[in-house]
Amino acid sequence: MDYRRLTLFAGHYGSGKTNLALNWAYWLRDQGLPVTVADLDIVNPYFRTKDAEDELAEHGISLISSAYANSNLDVPAMPKEIYALVEGRACYGVLDVGGDDRGALALGRYVPAIRAENDYEMLFVVNGARPLTRTVEDTLSVFQEIERACVLPFTGIVNNTNLGAATTPEDVLASRAYADELSSRTGLPIKMTSVEKRLAPALQGSIDALFPLSILGLYYMEKEGMHYGEINL
Amino acid sequence: MKEKVLMKGNEAIAEAAILAGCRHYFGYPITPQTEVAAYMAKKMPKIGGTFLQAESEIAAINMVYGVASTGKPSMTSSSSPGISLKCEGISYLAGADLPALIVDVQRGGPGLGGIQPSQSDYFLATRGPGHGDFHVLVFAPASVQEMADLTGRALHLAWKYRMPAMLLADGTMGQMMEPVELPEEHEAFGTDNPWAAVGTGMKRPHNIINSLELSPERLEEKNVERFERYAEIEKNECAWEEYRMEDAEICIVSYGITARISRNAIVAARAEGIKVGMIRPITLWPFPAEPLLAAADKVDSFLCVELNMGQMKDDLELAIRCRKPVDLCYRVGGMIPTSDEVLDHIRALAEGGR
Repeated sequence: MDYRRLTLFAGHYGSGKTNLALNWAYWLRDQGLPVTVADLDIVNPYFRTKDAEDELAEHGISLISSAYANSNLDVPAMPKEIYALVEGRACYGVLDVGGDDRGALALGRYVPAIRAENDYEMLFVVNGARPLTRTVEDTLSVFQEIERACVLPFTGIVNNTNLGAATTPEDVLASRAYADELSSRTGLPIKMTSVEKRLAPALQGSIDALFPLSILGLYYMEKEGMHYGEINL
Repeated sequence: MKEKVLMKGNEAIAEAAILAGCRHYFGYPITPQTEVAAYMAKKMPKIGGTFLQAESEIAAINMVYGVASTGKPSMTSSSSPGISLKCEGISYLAGADLPALIVDVQRGGPGLGGIQPSQSDYFLATRGPGHGDFHVLVFAPASVQEMADLTGRALHLAWKYRMPAMLLADGTMGQMMEPVELPEEHEAFGTDNPWAAVGTGMKRPHNIINSLELSPERLEEKNVERFERYAEIEKNECAWEEYRMEDAEICIVSYGITARISRNAIVAARAEGIKVGMIRPITLWPFPAEPLLAAADKVDSFLCVELNMGQMKDDLELAIRCRKPVDLCYRVGGMIPTSDEVLDHIRALAEGGR
């Protein structure tokens, strides 16, 4: 899979951006590249990149994250180090943008520098199983709202359609029509279809540019009491 | 099987309320429940409903009072500090015998506290949130699916009994994502309420919606009547879930996110041969005292697991009439216990108490 110096993941909130950003960072690191993840999320109070800080460090990946992330202070602040990543060009950057247009708004201030360097990929992450992006029409309006908010056009689509741990290979196969239509309506390529690692063998060969996610659920799956499916109510 | 969607707990509340027939939402943003309002803001205009961001929590609850007076389903949502502000309005709703849904996605307190999860509004919710003698129905969901299901149930029971209902979730339940099978869409209800202030058509006397009662004799009667209704509810509407109680010697009592953690601990303890089970209250008012009292005859001890300093422990000891010792496992301030912490408590109890 080809890559640029900066990879930005944006989309509807809850579409899987943070998880993808982490997995993409690991993948870049596996190519032997110096990698930094930047958390631009000013929307989500819980389940943030910060949860993975120690694990990222162990793998030699730096994290730029708000000093207030995961604290009790609800302040939508952006860390100054993001400028060093965007303008410094010393290492590969993975930017985890906040959800929807409100989250993408925060990206706008870095756009002139990103455009000037012109070595980036701006990916639109979609999950067709989310209630407000189930139809192509609804998804396209989110797409347009984000582009308007951050003034950086998308360059590709990531089909991340899933139902968490309940996802089946059939769910992923069924989402192809949705992703293909999005692709033709926006004129953008499907950069990858991301799936949980356990689903990859069943889908290998049926789907182009399959991207198996080796780390899942943003570590909150490992936090106590949050495993899916324990409670059968 | 119905199609599933992947939802945040807060979104599930909003969508379920819409499916249950609610078309009027009034709120004011506060973490960790803002997604309820954000979802309503996106959806309500598309379906001819009302989303209104009020100037304050107090304004929002009084707008709910206004819609409720017309008999139409309406709701508001907030997190702990915002619920404190709404308490006056909730008391007025109770005093005027008006149905409404209030959602509390709890965070750490007291005061502004923090934005991380908590269950420290247990007392506030179960003792009648506001001044005066009254109760609200209180539901404690423990999954995103239950966030959806109990929202619908809360709305319908609120209308059935003409009283406010509260969905008492914690920040984790609001923020976590799980697949949900959305409930069926209900026929709009609240269209035929003989008590509602919707115009007399010159055919009947005026309906007056008010919590002020000039005669103390009549006010006393109204309070007593209300408690007769509460007694009916305590008899009919208690909900709970029992897990591995068949041979349990230790009974965990826990609700919401801590019930899920406890469940993990029970699986681990059972693997060590410790006979432990759980009674999970789904309604916190009415409190499922009956199954707990029945369990008191069978188990050696109880373990209350909560994200507060032991607020439900009081209700538990009352329910079992202090027949067996009750231990407490808690974390507060936005912290959550690990299942190992709960397991340690279980082990200590199994070894002969602490």
